[in-house]
Amino acid sequence: MSTYDVAIVGAGVIGTTIARELMHYDLKVVLLEKGDDVAVGTTKANSAIVHAGYDAPSHTLKGQLNVLGNAMYDALSEELDVPFKRIGSLVIARDASETATLEQLLENGKRLHIPGLEIIDGARAHEMEPHLSGKAVAALYAPSAGITEPWEVAVAACENAMDNGAELKLGFEVLTIDQTAESFTLNAAEESVKAKWVINAAGVYADQIYRMVAGERETFKITPRRGQYYLLDKEAGGFVNHVVFPCPGPMGKGVLIAPTAHGNVIIGPDSQNLSESDKEATETTSDRLAYVKASAASLMDDIPFHLNITTFAGLRGEPEGDDFIIEASAEVERFINVAGIKSPGLSAAPAIAVRVAETIKALMPSIKTNPAFNPIRRPRIRLAEMTAEERDAQIEKDPRFGHMICRCEMITEGEIVDAIHRNAGGRTLNGIKRRARPGAGRCQGGFCGPRVMEILARELSCDVTDIRQEGKESVILTGKMGKGGRS
Amino acid sequence: MRKVIHYELVVIGGGPGGLAAAVEARESGVKSIAVIERDTELGGILQQCIHNGFGLTEFKEELTGPEYAERFIRELERGGIDVMLNTMVMELHHDRRLVVTSAEKGITEIHAGAVILAMGCRERTRGAIAIPGTRPAGVMTAGTAQRYINVEGYRVGERVVILGSGDIGLIMARRLTLEGAKVLAVAEVMPFSGGLMRNIVQCLEDYEIPLLLSHTVTDIIGRDRVEGVVLQQVDEKLNPIPGTEKRYECDTLLLSVGLIPENELSRMAGIQIDPMTRGPRVNEQMETSVPGIFACGNVVHVHDLVDFVTEESRCAGRAAAQKVLAKAEVADPPKIEIQTIAGTGIGYVMPQRITQAGAADRVTLMMRVKKVYKGAEISVSADDREILRKPFGHLAPGEMVRLDLSSGLVPSGSRTIGIEVIEKQ
Repeated sequence: MSTYDVAIVGAGVIGTTIARELMHYDLKVVLLEKGDDVAVGTTKANSAIVHAGYDAPSHTLKGQLNVLGNAMYDALSEELDVPFKRIGSLVIARDASETATLEQLLENGKRLHIPGLEIIDGARAHEMEPHLSGKAVAALYAPSAGITEPWEVAVAACENAMDNGAELKLGFEVLTIDQTAESFTLNAAEESVKAKWVINAAGVYADQIYRMVAGERETFKITPRRGQYYLLDKEAGGFVNHVVFPCPGPMGKGVLIAPTAHGNVIIGPDSQNLSESDKEATETTSDRLAYVKASAASLMDDIPFHLNITTFAGLRGEPEGDDFIIEASAEVERFINVAGIKSPGLSAAPAIAVRVAETIKALMPSIKTNPAFNPIRRPRIRLAEMTAEERDAQIEKDPRFGHMICRCEMITEGEIVDAIHRNAGGRTLNGIKRRARPGAGRCQGGFCGPRVMEILARELSCDVTDIRQEGKESVILTGKMGKGGRS
Repeated sequence: MRKVIHYELVVIGGGPGGLAAAVEARESGVKSIAVIERDTELGGILQQCIHNGFGLTEFKEELTGPEYAERFIRELERGGIDVMLNTMVMELHHDRRLVVTSAEKGITEIHAGAVILAMGCRERTRGAIAIPGTRPAGVMTAGTAQRYINVEGYRVGERVVILGSGDIGLIMARRLTLEGAKVLAVAEVMPFSGGLMRNIVQCLEDYEIPLLLSHTVTDIIGRDRVEGVVLQQVDEKLNPIPGTEKRYECDTLLLSVGLIPENELSRMAGIQIDPMTRGPRVNEQMETSVPGIFACGNVVHVHDLVDFVTEESRCAGRAAAQKVLAKAEVADPPKIEIQTIAGTGIGYVMPQRITQAGAADRVTLMMRVKKVYKGAEISVSADDREILRKPFGHLAPGEMVRLDLSSGLVPSGSRTIGIEVIEKQ
């Protein structure tokens, strides 16, 4: 059985950024992920916003870590070569009572020292967002809000952590945890690992993981809250320039409209509490999608929904106390819960990672730093973002970068092969889509799907029929012609 | 330094449209022509259409898709046309400058005397119609399934529901059945099929596959792979009727829910796009709003039959040749344009404008009606005065209507030609 200093349960954006942060220290770290890829839970389906941080009360972890995390994103984006654009956000008020809410948000934001926060009048808001509904009378403008791609952050953080020595075990679903005075043994169906410390970053499953060690003690509950989204074609790019929110309500920040880091337009989410056991219910439903559409239509006019390329739903883990739970367990020694990381979890992620590392450091003062830590991820080659001269030089060096596979997003064979062979590389069709974007465009993989499958099978030395979309049973092809099917 | 090469004519796309246009331009005297194709071979989508029924108009015989393509490829290979395979056009500018990329040659800039757009179309996806439910494997477009089966040699599923009764969906219902899969139903949200009548008979009725009109998919079930779909009847406004839900146990959902002309390059070049056809607005010579850039085939409007793509593409090839062979210094003569207008019952009319100065003896108007008509007439008016009326026993959106208009019928000085359906009392 392999032995580690730290086992992190869950390789979402929280688990992976913690893993990377811990590599600053001389620690043997393993990430245990039940999915077949990193970033396949809450991380793969959310609004992709790095919030300015005025929403959560200034005394909460959510409020404090959001602001800290936001400020760390420039460096993070630079080091990990992930997209981040500080485009600013607007919270729209449509009447006097909503304007009063803006004042409260502004006050809260000031307490948190959020830079540049101001309330602007309706005229200026319309100037900044020409498609804004005529009802808008004022807006809270937060220039520090930004957009990123959460799964790219997680993939990149995981890759960089692994470059610095961390290990990743995919398909490792922790079923039981045994404790001794010095360590934990985390058991999956066919494998176990031993670790002195456990960090529980299991997203919507964090309550179940904690219950494995908490015994009869009272523990926290994580309730999945579902949000559904529309994603519009890049042809709709330019429709919206900032992250545009309605006034927040009791169920959260409301249905937002924003550009994505890759130039699409995202619209959502609604907010629906599911039962505690519904931790995989990521299906979309017609009634909630209709609600998202109607909500968005009251915020902006003439939204080009006919350019929709996909709809999706994500779950966020809602803690009972409404704030992040980030603490060493009072009952179970060397067990750290990082749970209930709902919005603004993505924004706070880098700050959460630092806080977790500091928690461990405080409890383990003997810990040594790792002088060899390299925070820089090897940059990706993206043909679509190069000048013609740079492209030409790259293709001469490696002709696979001249072989266009995805016509919608302009992704070459070279980029796909690279996405497969990096640390924490993609093994599935969706995994490749998250890393290099073939299939993320308007044809949704209709043209490039067969080509990407072929490349995956070749590079992984397996049969094309073994290539899956995402999960274990998600085969795309059911057999070879003339040989009968699987079922 | 960047490589720059020159051609009199560049054709973007080596499918049926591009092939016919290139051959016709060569026959019309153009000496330097390049066909740029992003795939590994010429022929476009015809190469995966291994069923027959192609060429009845063009060759007066029934060919398969690859056979139809082969005839044009052989013509093309007689010389005078450079073919660039595995080559992607990255940029197209209104001054007919292109930037292309390939593994072999890297980045090349091409300056063209004229350009013909023949990029074809792509399939609408699940996202475009926002079908609710989970997002498992086993949901794919009918054309992608066709490629996996006919070109790559793989099975895509065993128990199949097909949404959309467009021609590809109908063809695939038969193809899957012949390969031993069970096609449970073809659902169509409209009260009529979007495909050709002959395909409904030969692909569904002959195999006893039910066609459920006014039905759509309202849920997809299954986490990793499709485990079932829910079909529901819709009312006249296409809203699902509560209580009509029926679950089908299947592992595959194929979508044949429409085709969209691929005009990203056209937009980049600043070409005007018709919101109805979603293709470039063209005149009767298939010239777009940008002089010297022509377009033909499914990139302009989606056709039912490749034979008519060929005809339209030849027209574009001839017109582009005329442009190239005319002295470059000669400015276009001032044109008076007639706009065509889709009236009652007509979805779109093509060409969108007729350039009177350059008009031939006759112009072929192509159009689609909005719904099914039994025994109706199509009326053509010039500036609101009827100039032609033609009876049709059967009109359906799935079957393109073609009307030849001899130029003698159009009074000189006319500004508009309107088309409408007149229903019998």
